[in-house]
Amino acid sequence: MRPMLTRRAVTRSALTLLLASATVFSLGACKGKGKGKEDATGPIKIGHYASMTGSEATFGRSTDNGIKLAVEEQNAKGGVKGRKISLITYDNQGKPDETVTAVTRLIDSDKVVALLGEVASSRSLAGGPVAQRKGVPMISPSSTNPDVTAIGDMIFRVCFIDEFQGKAGAKFILEDLKLKRGATLYNRAQAYSSGLNGFFVDAFKAMGGEIVTQQAFSDGDNDFGAQLAAIRDAGVDFIYVPGYYTEVVNIAGQARRLGLTIPLIGGDGWDSAELANAGDALNNCYFTNHYSHEDQRPEVQAFVKKYQSTYGSVPDGLAALGYDAAMLLFDAMERAPSLDGKDLAGAIAATKGFAGVTGSITIDANRNAAKSIVVLEVVNGAPKFRANVNVGP
Amino acid sequence: MSSQPVSVKGSGGAGGAPLRMLWPFALALAVAAFMHFVVGPNFNGTVVQVLLFAGINITLAVSLTMVNGFTGQFSIGHAGFMAVGGYVAGGLVYYLSARFFDSPQIAFHGGILSAGADYRPDPDHPLPLLSRGDLIMIGSCLAGGLVAAGAGYVVGLPTLRLRGDYLAIVTLGFGEIVRVIFQGTGPQVLFTKAQEMRDTPLHQLAWKLGGAQGFNFIPIYATLFWVFLLASITVAAALRLKYSSPGRAMISIREDEVAAQAMGVNVTRYKVRAFVLASFFAGLAGALAALSIGQMNASAYGFIKSFDFIIMIVLGGMGSISGAVLAATVLTILPEALRQFDSYRMIAYALLLIIIMILRPQGLFGIREVWELGPVRRLLARAGRGGSAA
Repeated sequence: MRPMLTRRAVTRSALTLLLASATVFSLGACKGKGKGKEDATGPIKIGHYASMTGSEATFGRSTDNGIKLAVEEQNAKGGVKGRKISLITYDNQGKPDETVTAVTRLIDSDKVVALLGEVASSRSLAGGPVAQRKGVPMISPSSTNPDVTAIGDMIFRVCFIDEFQGKAGAKFILEDLKLKRGATLYNRAQAYSSGLNGFFVDAFKAMGGEIVTQQAFSDGDNDFGAQLAAIRDAGVDFIYVPGYYTEVVNIAGQARRLGLTIPLIGGDGWDSAELANAGDALNNCYFTNHYSHEDQRPEVQAFVKKYQSTYGSVPDGLAALGYDAAMLLFDAMERAPSLDGKDLAGAIAATKGFAGVTGSITIDANRNAAKSIVVLEVVNGAPKFRANVNVGP
Repeated sequence: MSSQPVSVKGSGGAGGAPLRMLWPFALALAVAAFMHFVVGPNFNGTVVQVLLFAGINITLAVSLTMVNGFTGQFSIGHAGFMAVGGYVAGGLVYYLSARFFDSPQIAFHGGILSAGADYRPDPDHPLPLLSRGDLIMIGSCLAGGLVAAGAGYVVGLPTLRLRGDYLAIVTLGFGEIVRVIFQGTGPQVLFTKAQEMRDTPLHQLAWKLGGAQGFNFIPIYATLFWVFLLASITVAAALRLKYSSPGRAMISIREDEVAAQAMGVNVTRYKVRAFVLASFFAGLAGALAALSIGQMNASAYGFIKSFDFIIMIVLGGMGSISGAVLAATVLTILPEALRQFDSYRMIAYALLLIIIMILRPQGLFGIREVWELGPVRRLLARAGRGGSAA
């Protein structure tokens, strides 16, 4: 009885596994093609992975629009090294495992020579190691987490990291607004807010300013009365608020009610149409950002015009960064001796003073972008271009 | 009644028992080696990557079958156990490799079995079959599985005494608690900061799992070998469980809890057993997922992720192991195969699911296995006759 049972059990297991592998092969085989070398005469393929669906779809779509515009423009100019550029965009639904598959597919099946992506730092940190292992350069348009470029020598970015943003804010306050005594109010539960607060305080002190008090709040707080009263009593010239727009709108309203008319200054977390909800409470307030569509530099105006005629809307910061990432890549491709991963990475690393929409970009030794930062002034809820600030690496 | 003589014989057989215990492992090793040495090098990297995730999903779907399929309970916290296993294994592998190998790079120190499919042998530096890094990895994965099983026991013991939908609610809550706990951990110590890594005591490192930023730079050890070793062992374990007397007891609970109790089945004990076993395998699969993505991000392991596995077992047929294997494989490959539809692929994916559920509301195989379906059984019977004749 027993041996019979065992033999049947063996057959059963074997059958299940056979079934599984049969499915795998039949479905896998249809994608097994695509082997072979990168074609040296056809179009140059570049890949973009982004969250085109899911909760962060607007980020992915804006970036992709910017990149598409750059590809069209470059192809109209005759492409790179006499070859056209062809862009392949894959959706990762904002998931880390889909990101790994999409990046693997771009590199192994589509044989792209370079990658653009992602907006969110967490996904750049999932896709980056794959690109690094397979030796394909990757440029992140807008991941600000410092760890992203620590992955290795194939990973670059064209946006500033928060350390630069803190420095730029400090420089603007000291040199442009000429204010020396300040306070900060930040969200201690948020990596972005507490990180930027630290960078700003360090930079401001190093440049000779004085931070009298650092007040903190936590996720979900709506009443900032106690912190604002402490700041009022300290008698400062400005408040640095490195938070997101939702908090800033509340803070500004409550500060004005307490009779605090001093300027509030923040970072790119402020960048949102929601600022209009604050009405005139945010007048005399400033924030550092990636770009302003009102900047009168010719690069910016040409880009805004083209984007508007193609997509019918004003490009946001992510679209501008996507455009810059692609353009910087084409510039490096043109300079690179070959499109081999190492040569191309070397050319990207050697980028100096690239005139992008989001400012002049130089890639530093840590593969981050040292670039000028835009300062916007909020006028009746609408951000207006105020100044370009250059911070050395 | 019928199971009694078999179990007596099984425990009495002197030489047969260990053999019967070992054949699933031998078979699993064979499958894993085949996938690693034959399939891996001959297929494109994309196919290999999809196969990796398919193997991980097979493990998760089959382990969930033990709870939702065998005992008929409804757990929607499977991703939570996956996250526990992933964080424990990922954290251990990352920090232990950094400590042991003391290198300023992402510390991969695996042997041939852990080398990716694009690995080409280097005659000057031959890789061993198994290296010290692999031992760390195996130990970490087992630790991840055990911690997940422990979490399963803690969650299951109080709730599985109850009948009805309580488990669904509690496991939903468990998944969210796991997410919040891991999002509240301290910042990761980066591999570039060798001094800080050396100076921080291990028990403090254990809490530095990256918080809301996620835990990154986990060395990639998961290969077709490890993934399919685990998947095959899980399938074999589930099959043996299903046709064993504890398995029958579990299925009796699914069919009618009161009747099962009246027959002398300790309902709570069998529910907890199934739940702990499922949590263990989910933890192991989570560990391999972390070691294949190289990242743990708690926000990716919410209850939406748990529903992925529920869809797999519903599609395959609740309680059917071969159904779960097939559905997990198809549902992993399908989104990749549909890529050409661009942003409409998720609509196509959902449509396919709806059509299948309308055509086969009981799932692909119902509660049966593939060899129990009429046509397949006739085929097998014919083959069996032919075999005995020859």
